[in-house]
Amino acid sequence: MRSIDLSVKIGSLNLQNPILLASGTVGYGNEISEYTDLTKIGGIVTKSVSLNPRKGNPPPRITETASGMLNAIGLANVGLEEFIKTKIPFLKNIGSTLICNIAASSIEEYVECTRTLDFEDTVKAFEINVSCPNVKDGGLIFGNDVKNVAIITEKVRAVTSKPIIIKLSPNTASIKEFAQAAKDGGADAVSAINTLVGTSFNIYTRKPKIKNITGGLSGPAIKPVALAKVLEISRNVDIPIIGIGGIMSWQDAVEFMICGATAVQLGTVNFINPNASLEIIDGLKNYCLETNLTKISDLTASFLI
Amino acid sequence: MIEKNGIVEEVIEIQNGVYILRVKSQQIADEVKPGQFCNIKVDDSLSPFLRRPFSVCDVEDGIISFQFNLVGEGTRILSKKKNGDVLNIIGPLGVGFDYSGIFENAIIVAGGIGAAPFPLLINELNSTKNIISFIGGRSQKDLIKYKLKNIVVSTDDGSEGFHGNVVQLLESEIHKYDKVKTKIFACGPNPMLRALSKFTIENGYNCEISTESVMACGFGICQGCNIESVNSDRFLLVCKDGPVFKAEDVKL
Repeated sequence: MRSIDLSVKIGSLNLQNPILLASGTVGYGNEISEYTDLTKIGGIVTKSVSLNPRKGNPPPRITETASGMLNAIGLANVGLEEFIKTKIPFLKNIGSTLICNIAASSIEEYVECTRTLDFEDTVKAFEINVSCPNVKDGGLIFGNDVKNVAIITEKVRAVTSKPIIIKLSPNTASIKEFAQAAKDGGADAVSAINTLVGTSFNIYTRKPKIKNITGGLSGPAIKPVALAKVLEISRNVDIPIIGIGGIMSWQDAVEFMICGATAVQLGTVNFINPNASLEIIDGLKNYCLETNLTKISDLTASFLI
Repeated sequence: MIEKNGIVEEVIEIQNGVYILRVKSQQIADEVKPGQFCNIKVDDSLSPFLRRPFSVCDVEDGIISFQFNLVGEGTRILSKKKNGDVLNIIGPLGVGFDYSGIFENAIIVAGGIGAAPFPLLINELNSTKNIISFIGGRSQKDLIKYKLKNIVVSTDDGSEGFHGNVVQLLESEIHKYDKVKTKIFACGPNPMLRALSKFTIENGYNCEISTESVMACGFGICQGCNIESVNSDRFLLVCKDGPVFKAEDVKL
């Protein structure tokens, strides 16, 4: 059998394959490691960490929708100090490339978290979350302002030489401008997309099904939107893209790569099939064999329009 | 906890709208403890999208059973399963009942489909225990007595047994049992558990409640099923820290 090169490169970050696990859908890796072999995936993006612990939103936090779900977890996390003390030691030993996702409510907080985590050898790259739709103090306040995205990227760039990935929101008119701002600020890549703002009501109680009223829509329901955003960035900005949004199968992953993604992240599917990553990696291998591809990286932005 | 394909043995409608689904899964059957649950993908399609969590009702010869009400699309699909169908199951999940302590009276309090986890608990309880099952429902047809022992019933409309809810029934009967030798195990809708917890905390009874929540993954990664903790500023997760909690440890 021919050997297939599944490796991809994002800036200076080498991944053994393009399959990453998305932030907020695998915690800090320990639970999902009981169901899947994390040494075989491209990498893991940890749950957003902020300077101080965040309690997150009160219940109910999630509801099912057609081919998807809404969530408003609210960046619940243990905070930077405990993350370093209790989570990094486990993450050190999972045998997978670790990308640390950072959320913050001020520019200084993004910088402080990045600066501190830069000392951790285990952390190979940063994903900067400027696009959480479910918190009042931060997230989308930054993600919806192109100047802020540029400033955050620059300031974070100044404190680390590790790869920086800016996670973009789809809740904007023109995502390419944000990708350009990230590039201009010195980011190595962008990831797209975070969830879409949505809501759902109980028709008998007339109350929202999640306490936060609105939440982030994820799952295959958002895949066409995500693909369009990836394509928009790919056609307009010269920056590596990590595609995210409703990937359930290897076919979905291939579609994202064709539209411009260098790598992809699996999110909601982990809740339903915690071993999806390995199944998708196998599917990618077979696809390459079937279509005579020797390097999967040749798929990226190979769309014919 | 494991992800397994189980083979459906049968689905039985034990009474109007109440079903028992029996699935062959030796490994889950060997591991499961009373009060634990499984997260089931009802079929391969995207609708319904998420898994559905169910308490394990009983275990027998490598077969696990689940008891459910027909409430929506997921349970409708499950109710149509046939012998030989394959079901993808993650389980056993969560923390079940702690029945290891020294007590003589095991008092079960169940509201409606909240009766689901108790056949397995009753099976596992030491035969020297005195088991009493208080069950409640809106009406006679809502009472679920499947594999319960020494049943005392209440109905909201008075159509069978005590006229009132199951917590009121318990309050009127519990003086018959020595408090220090009694442990209460409860499951049911939140308003019932709230009333029960208030009573057991105020009166110093040892009580564990099995809670329910909307959830996606069932094993701690989605963080969707949070519940307020009494002892900590952080939320607990129904799927991982529960679903069974000491009544005094959570705010419903």
